[in-house]
This record gives sequence, C-alpha cells and structure tokens, in this order.
Amino acid sequence: MAYDLAFARDVYKNSEMGHWIKMCKQCGVCAGSCPLGPHWEHSPRQLFQLVRAGKKEEVLRSNSMWMCTSCYNCIVRCPRELPITHIVHGLARYAVVHGYADPKQSTHRFASNIFWPNIVSTGRVGEAMLTMRLYFADGLSAGIKQGLEMKDSALGMLKTRRLNPIPLRGKIKGFAGFKAMLAKAQELEKKREAAA
Amino acid sequence: MKEYTFFPGCSSEKNASAANMEHSVQSMCRMLEIQLNEIDDWNCCSASIGYAGGGQLPRMALSARNFALAKQQRGSTDLVATCAACWLAMRETAERMEHEPEVNADVNTALKEANLSYDGGIKTRHMVEVLIEDVGWETLKAKVKKPLTGLKVAGYVGCQTNRPFGVAGDDYENPLYLDRMIEATGATAVPYAKKVACCGGALMFSEVEKSCALVRDILQCAVDNGAEVIVTPCPVCQLNVEVYQGKINQLFGTQFNIPVLYYSQLFVLAWGGSWEEAALHQQVVPADPLRRFA
Amino acid sequence: MEAKKIGCYICTGCGIGEAMNVAALEKVASKEQKIPVTRSHPYLCGAEGVGMIRQDMANEGVNALLIAACSHRFKTDEFQFDTPLLDRVDLRDKVLWVQDVASGDATAKEDLQMMAADYLRMGSVKLKKMEPPDPFQDAGFSKDVLVVGGGIAGLTAAKEVAATGYRAILVEKSAALGGMVARMHKVTPSRAPYRELEENPIQALIATVEGDSHIKVYKNAAIRSTLGAPGLFDVTIHNGDTLTTERVGSIILTTGYSLYDPKKLDARLGYGVSPDVVTSLEFEEMAKAGKIVRKSDGQPARRVVFSLCAGQRDANHLEYCSGACCAYSLKHALYLMEQYKDGSAYVLFQELRTPGQGEEFYRRVQEEGGVIIKGDVEKVEKGAAGGLRVQIHDKLLRGHEQLEVDLLVLATGMLSTVDTSDPNNPSPVGQVASEEAAYVLNLDYRQGRSMPELKWGFPDSHFICFPYETRRSGIYAAGPARRPMGIAESITDATGAALKAIQAVESVARGAGLHPRAGDLSYPSFRREGCTQCKRCTEECPFGAINEDEKSNPQFNPTRCRRCGTCMGACPQKVISFANYSVDMIGSMLKEVEVPPADDEKPRILVFACVNDAIPALDTVGRNRTPLSPYVRIIPLRCMGSMSLVWVADAMSSGFDGILLMGCRHGEDYQCHNVRGSALAENRLSKVSETLNRLQLESSRVKMVEVNIMDADTLPALINDFAAQIGSMELNPYKEF
Repeated sequence: MAYDLAFARDVYKNSEMGHWIKMCKQCGVCAGSCPLGPHWEHSPRQLFQLVRAGKKEEVLRSNSMWMCTSCYNCIVRCPRELPITHIVHGLARYAVVHGYADPKQSTHRFASNIFWPNIVSTGRVGEAMLTMRLYFADGLSAGIKQGLEMKDSALGMLKTRRLNPIPLRGKIKGFAGFKAMLAKAQELEKKREAAA
Repeated sequence: MKEYTFFPGCSSEKNASAANMEHSVQSMCRMLEIQLNEIDDWNCCSASIGYAGGGQLPRMALSARNFALAKQQRGSTDLVATCAACWLAMRETAERMEHEPEVNADVNTALKEANLSYDGGIKTRHMVEVLIEDVGWETLKAKVKKPLTGLKVAGYVGCQTNRPFGVAGDDYENPLYLDRMIEATGATAVPYAKKVACCGGALMFSEVEKSCALVRDILQCAVDNGAEVIVTPCPVCQLNVEVYQGKINQLFGTQFNIPVLYYSQLFVLAWGGSWEEAALHQQVVPADPLRRFA
Repeated sequence: MEAKKIGCYICTGCGIGEAMNVAALEKVASKEQKIPVTRSHPYLCGAEGVGMIRQDMANEGVNALLIAACSHRFKTDEFQFDTPLLDRVDLRDKVLWVQDVASGDATAKEDLQMMAADYLRMGSVKLKKMEPPDPFQDAGFSKDVLVVGGGIAGLTAAKEVAATGYRAILVEKSAALGGMVARMHKVTPSRAPYRELEENPIQALIATVEGDSHIKVYKNAAIRSTLGAPGLFDVTIHNGDTLTTERVGSIILTTGYSLYDPKKLDARLGYGVSPDVVTSLEFEEMAKAGKIVRKSDGQPARRVVFSLCAGQRDANHLEYCSGACCAYSLKHALYLMEQYKDGSAYVLFQELRTPGQGEEFYRRVQEEGGVIIKGDVEKVEKGAAGGLRVQIHDKLLRGHEQLEVDLLVLATGMLSTVDTSDPNNPSPVGQVASEEAAYVLNLDYRQGRSMPELKWGFPDSHFICFPYETRRSGIYAAGPARRPMGIAESITDATGAALKAIQAVESVARGAGLHPRAGDLSYPSFRREGCTQCKRCTEECPFGAINEDEKSNPQFNPTRCRRCGTCMGACPQKVISFANYSVDMIGSMLKEVEVPPADDEKPRILVFACVNDAIPALDTVGRNRTPLSPYVRIIPLRCMGSMSLVWVADAMSSGFDGILLMGCRHGEDYQCHNVRGSALAENRLSKVSETLNRLQLESSRVKMVEVNIMDADTLPALINDFAAQIGSMELNPYKEF
C-alpha cells in the first residue's frame, strides 16, 4: 500500500541521519545544486519522498545514491538544513547492508569492494594497487584496455614521481591494533544495523 | 618556530599523487618557520567514500585512531591537514564524537582494541586556515620577493575545502580567500563562474565520463576567462583537473593543456624558493607560464 | 480674520544662495508680486530662521507665509506655524537640484533664475488666492464606534476601542459571541518558539468584552439601515421586536467569513461520496469533541489525508488563497498525531504557505511524522475495510497512488460576508430595502446600499498601502471580512482598524479630512446657483460623498469627503472649490508663469503632477541630481481627479507649448490614493482634442503618463523626451498674444 510508513520509520531510525528525511519540504534546491543531478534516477528530494511513500524497492535499488560526489553543495544550500550528503550516503549504506545494492554499480563496486578493502588491508591507501584493482575489476582484457587508455596519464604520474611503480605497500606499524579496532567497530556497527 | 601536529594523508606520501603538494607545503612551512610534526603511524581517514564499506563507526574509528595517536604523541596541539577530504573526515568525526555520546562511547570501545582512547581536545585545522588565521595576510604579502606580476590565475576552491565547513568568514557560493592568496603573490585572480564547481571527486574512478564532463566545464570556464594556470588547495581537485586533461581532450575533442598548481607552490615561488622547492618539476602538465618568474 | 498680510521668506542655504541671484528673487516677491515683507536667510529651517518668521508674525502682523526653500515634503515640523495660510515654494529639490549649473554656463544660470522666479510667482498667486478654511462642524458629532460582527476580530476591535477610553457598540447577528473561532479546539502557535498549540483564547476575550462597561453588546441583531456620514452615522439596529437607533462616529466591519460550499467542489474531491469526506471545520469540531473517528462507523480515524486548497486558487471556484488553511491543516495533522501515537497524517498541498513564524510550526508537524505530499486528490471511493480509498496524484514523484485512509479532510476557502458591489455597476439608487436580508450595513449612498468591492467580493480599498481603509469614509474592514486571514492576523487587523476608527472620529470632530489628506481642514464649497444638475460630481466622487436630492442637486456630506477635488475637476461650471484649492487658483498660477517670446526659442512645458506619487518621485530625481529640461514648470495637484480641462485651455492660451500630466496607475491594480482620480482625468483628457482643435493646436502637445513613486530613474527621460518632442514642434503661436 502506498504511503505505508513502516519503511520510512525504519529509515528514520536506522539509516545514517535518516530521521532528517521527514523534515524535507520538497523544495528541490538539492536537485538543482547537484553536479551530477542530471544523472540521478531520483534526485535527493525525490529519494526522500519515495522513502516517505513507502517505496522501499525503488529507493534501495536506485543507483541514485551512488551518484553522490560528496561535494556538499546540497548541504549548504538546503533551506531546512538537512545533512543531505550524509543522508544519501546513509541510504547507500542501508542498501548495501540490506543486500539491495547492485554489485555491478560502478561506484558501489569501487567504494565498497575496492577502496575500503584497500585501506583496511594495510592501514593506508595504496594508490597504485587501487588503480589496478579498479581497472581489472571487469577482468584482464578490460583492465588492459583501460590501462592503455590511461597510459599517458599514468606515465606522466610515474615520471613526476607521483605514482609508485611498485603497487605493493607495507602495513602500518600498529596494524594488529588497527585491525582489531576496525573489527570491534564493525561488530558494534552490525549490532546497530541489525536493530533495523 | 611554531609547531603543529601534522596529518599528511595518503595522497601526500612519497610517490603518491599529491607528492608535489606535500613537498611544496614543507618548503612553504620552512620559509614561514613552521614545524610540522607528522603523527607517527597514522592511518587513512577513508575520505568521502568510506561510508559504503565502512558505515559510520568503522569510518569514524579511523579518524579517532589518528586523534588518539596525535594526542599521545603531541598533546592537544592543533592538528593540521593539507588534504580537503582528510580535514573534512576528521572534523566530521570530531563533531559527532563531541555531540553524540553514543558515538563517542562506541568509537572509544573500538579504540580500546588498539590500546587507545580519545576524549577530545584537539582542534583539526586546514593548512589554509593556518595561513590566514595564524600567519596572517600581512606576512603572506610581506614575504614576496619575486611577485608573480601579470600571471593570470583561476583560483579553483572546489568543494571540500569550502563545504560544509569552509574557511571562517568566507562564503560558500563565492569564497574569496584563494583569490586573496593569489593576489598576495602579486598574480591576478581571474573571475570565473566555476570556482566552487565539483570535479567529480572520487567518482572520477567510477563515473569517469560524467566526471570528465564536469572537469571539462571547469577548464573551459577558466580558459575562457583568460587563466594561464589554475590554482587549488585540494589534492583531489588537482589530480582530476590536471591529470585527466588528456582523457578529456580525447573524449570531447578539446585542446586543454593548462597547468594546475597548489597555492603552496605559488607562495614558495613568489617568496623566492626554487623551482624544485616549489615541486614545480612534479607537474604532469608542465608549469611553463611560471618559468618567467623562476 | 483680519486682512491677509503675506511674508515671503527665501532660504539661501543648500547652495541656493550661491547658484541664484537672491536679490533678484526678492525683487520678484516685493516689487512684482507686491509682498509687503520679504526676507532671505542662509539657514531658514534653523532656529534663527524660524524665529525670524515668528517675529514677523508677532511684530509685523504677517499672517500668511510663503516659504521658498526645499520641497514641501521636507522640514514639515520646522515650517509649522500658527496659520492655515502657508505655501512652500520649492527652490531646491525641483529647481536647483535638477538644473546643471556647475559648468558656469551663462544660459543655464539664466534658465535657473527664470525657473526659480516663476515658482516664486506661482506661490505668491496661490497664497493670494488662498482663504483660511472654515472647518466643518456639527453639534451632533459622536465619537462612539460601531463594531459589526462579534467574532475574534470584532471582539478584539471592541476591546481595543474601549481600552483607549472610547465607547464601542458591538452588533452580533447570532445569539452568542465568538464566531468561527468559538467552534475551534485549539489554535496555532502565536508565541515563541512557535511549536506548541495554544488554548483557544475566545472565551476569555468574550468575558472581557461582556464585562467592559464601555462596550454595549447587541446579540441576535441586524442593521436595518445606516444613514449619514462619519461622526453622524445613524445606525438602526433590529433586535428581536425592537428597533434602536444609535449615533456613531465610525464603523468597523468584522463580519468574518463564510466557508465555500463543499457541495460545489469538483466531484474528484469526493464530498458526499461518504460521510468520511469532511471539511476542515467538521474535523476541527471532531477534535474539539475529542473524537477523531470515521463518521461512517465511529471507528478510530488513524490514517487521514488532509487536502489543501479544496476549491481554492482554482479558476472554477475561488481564485484566491485563503491564507490560513495551510497552518490550520497542519494543526489538524497534529491533532491526529496527538490523539493516535501510530497515526498517519498526510498533508496534500499545492504550495505549503506558512508565513510569519509558521515555518517553525510546519517543522514541528514534520518532526512528529506528518507527511507532506505535493499533489491532488484524483478520486475518492469507499474503502474495502470501511473508510476511504483515495487516489492521489503525487506531483513530485509523478505517480498516481492509492491510499487506504479513514478520513479525507478538505480545506475549503473563505468568502467575505460583507455585501459588496462592483463600483462600476453600483446597486440601484433610491431603493429602500424592506429588510436587512443581504446587506450588512444598508448604507444610504447614491452609489448603493452595499460596500464597494476591491476584488473577489472583498470590500478593501487599497490592500497594500492602506489596510482597513474602504471606499466608504469612516468605515473600516478588518479580519477575514477584509481579506482571508487567520486568527493571529485577525487580531492584529482588528487592533489596527480600531485605531483607524478612533482617528476618524477625532478628525471628524476637528473638521479635518481622513486619509489620504488627513488633517486637511478644507472641504468643498458649492455655488448652487451655477449648478446645471449635470450629476458629474455625484457620479464621479470615488467615495460616494455626494448624494443627490430629487432634483439632482448635489448634497455634500462633508465628513465623507476625502478632499481629493475630483468633484472640482469634474464640474464643467466651476462651481465647486476649496478655500485652499480651486480652479481659479491653479489657473491663476499657471498664468503667472513668464512665457518668453517665441524669438527666444525657450518653450515652456507645464507639468501637472500628483502629490501622492509623482511629486515624491520628482523629489527623488532632485536628490539624485538628475538634470531636467529647464523649460518645465511643475504644479502639484492633490489628485489627477481634480484636474480641470479649463487649465489646459488656460495654459495653451497663455503660451505654454506642451502639457504633461503625471497621474497614478489606474485600472486593475490601481495605485491612485483616491481610487479613480487618474482614470477620471484620462477620461476627461480624451475630450481635450476638442479644446485644442478650437485653438488650432496639435493634440500631441498634451500627454498623460502614469508615474509611480519608484519611477525616479525613468522619470527624467520621460520628461526630457517630452520636452524634446515639444521643442521640435513649432512654438505655440499664442505666445504672441
């Protein structure tokens, strides 16, 4: 049934900054302020109204949240002062946690499956490894193709000593503690998210 | 000698994409008699896309560990970041830990696993804030030995140095501090409409063509308004706007070849530093328009 | 009064003395105009300058003052003297400041001097023609205030009138005071932090009014007739079997609103489909009774759609916004969520309008979980499990959705309860209503028994600049009778109207005019023997001040008069005039302007400018130091409505080469302070070509334009272009005569 508030109430409670969604007054300033606005399936304003309309599938399967560049323009312009960037990030995460996020969605794949494991594995970003993993995410030939397309840039970076020719990097000294800390944080986070 | 605790961030590491920023910032600080004490064994802040894999707590634990180490090693001295994303992630974490007791408790529970704890007290600042608020405009101007007279510069503030926190007293829609820095070196800040437009940020990795279109608009606007070089405080902006020019030319049939520098590089050069001290040898698009001042 | 002795005082400050030959100007006054006392002072508005004038009044017997300084709109306090005979000649704002003499050009200096001298001449003549007004007095003046309608606005108005020490008479048609608000549960926040519903204030207010010895209350009462004029209104109140006549000085109309008939609404809104489709007022009454339930089966109503703008802002129903329903419906959503913790309130809006601090309350309702949806109800059916199935169009999601709900609440709009007429189609004259029926006041005006309407049946006069004013002098409208509004606004409105009503009775008692010429002690005098009973004055008076007797002779009601002079301008026989404003006075002024011979090639252009908008705009031009043609001579008029065609003929035969008339915007969204003055002037001017043809002159020599007070930027070009146009024509051949 349309406008059943069960989903909305869950999002208010369990999605990052989700309770702010009820405060949206649908003015659309966010939609007009978004650099990738034209590419969003649903603008932030629409996403929020879809949440309130109980359209769980439509919200969580949307690629919209993954179009956020984190430019924070919507946040500073929202007349109701909603932390829109964080709400959108929260909805993206909510979609991941609840298994709705499309594994092929490129930003999701990069942010969740390449970037995060990259930093967690050593404690710091390994830019070279990050790039390689990104290029080869669709397989070897696609990776070589993409790598070749970007080879001029990569060579430029290498020449100016802004790219490490050796993709492997060492772990931070306190890696064991770092790892345990993250495991604990994840455990607490799961507990929060399971309450959903 | 004024001291700050320093968080360089991953892109400022040796052989990383913002190595030129790091090198020039260090030169700049030497010239200002500022000592940057890097946090020993810092970790990544997870920037603006940590939310997807890290959710809230793990994401915030990352910055909290850096705070805890900083306090352990350097007390409550101001913590300075040069990268917009690092600065923003740390400020966000600090705010939430301060205002949300549950978050503070959970983050500290996690920190305990690394034998650490953090009870607040460190102020996180951006290097440009240090220049404006601690060093001051008069000093920035007084140090100029080789004014960059006639150089037309588009000050590209971008997003995360400007929003949602920004530099105190400045405006989100038309911040002026970067233009003032440019003018402080004797160069001319050209007015143009894309000063705070987004370069695509981390989406340059996942939505290449959409992001390249954003950068194309920024470049076009700067060039149309007569800029010889673009100057930015942000390593993501710098990378996207400089290194992708080839890709953009390929995609859109354009002919961009405009150097993209850091404010720190401009200062070092204007203050009499060498080409190398300013890390100008580390530009992918060579900084030729600056040769006349070298 | 003893013989008029004029004193002329020329201020040489603000650069006047440096730019002009003051001695020559003094000569114009003393020798040419034969003014017995002429002096100049470098700082006339200072204590010493003003003291000099006072001394002359005390020692020299000066009793009429010609003050040649700045615009009459400045230094009004300083130049206030104990004489009604005073005129201000503006040598600064409209002369010095609009002439470019900085270059030292001899011609420019000469033109400036000629201009200043002409204004001095015109002022002298004006003052010579001016008589001290004899204020209208009547032994029967009342200072009591009648308040019609005992709802929140009427109660407030009566309370405020009484609180200032005046007597109020409150007439309420029903058996109880309180009106619509008495039917309400709680009211929207009026105090910081604007988040909490407040107790209904009406019972306390009723108690205050009923306990106030300065207020006389008639309930179950209607008004049979209202005769007379401000200060002298005789109001016959019909109460049960008795008729009582009360004399009052002014009237406040607070009859409130009636709701648009929900049965007239579009079928899509479903009124009548089920008892579960209700109006906002019905929902309010359910809440007041403590039972928010389905009307169909008495089950709890937990899911409710509130549809705003039902039959409002809709060309087929009410075209306007009622202004209060958004906040009112948000309040209803809160009632629901307060009664049911699991309640779901859906507010369907077009534009959610919560002016003032209403945004805070809007936030509160959203915080509590109220869902707002921009959209319309498309279809209403009975629901499968009782209640309703409502199909909505969600305009922002661009979807059509079905909602199962318990109630649909329709926010219907407000209609004025004041009987109004279209001023252009007045109700028939001379009819006497047999009973009060549709009329609230049953007025006795030539233009009819009802109130003139502004728009959509509301009796306002000019809602932006002059709230509460109607086109019936001394009768003020407040609250939703004036225009749709909510409770807080009605209270403010009623308080404002009470002050206007008090101001009216006091002005009338002094014989002074009301808005817009507040304080003017003159009123029209009428030379009966010259009247041809043409009825132009009675028809054209924008305020219905002039009735007619059975022989069509005009009957003036001086206290209804706003002193605009429209009757004077309308009269072809020139039999209407004011002690301080007449056809002869303006005609003599323009004839006093020195017209150079044609050989000098210096045309003269007469500008008639309305004092309400055009003159302030011209003062701004002066303040901006924007140069104007040195050939213009400006004469301020009270209102373009007072413009007499005689002046056009006079000006042309005196040798003026062109005439520019600056009136206010007229027609719909008019800006004329006297409603129709500029429209009437334009109408009269359409006949001017006759006059010009008779004189064998081109009709393009006379032009009328609309000037707004904000037009200082465009005004110079308008004047200078006209001057250039006139300059390019042959000069007026009548100069030679």
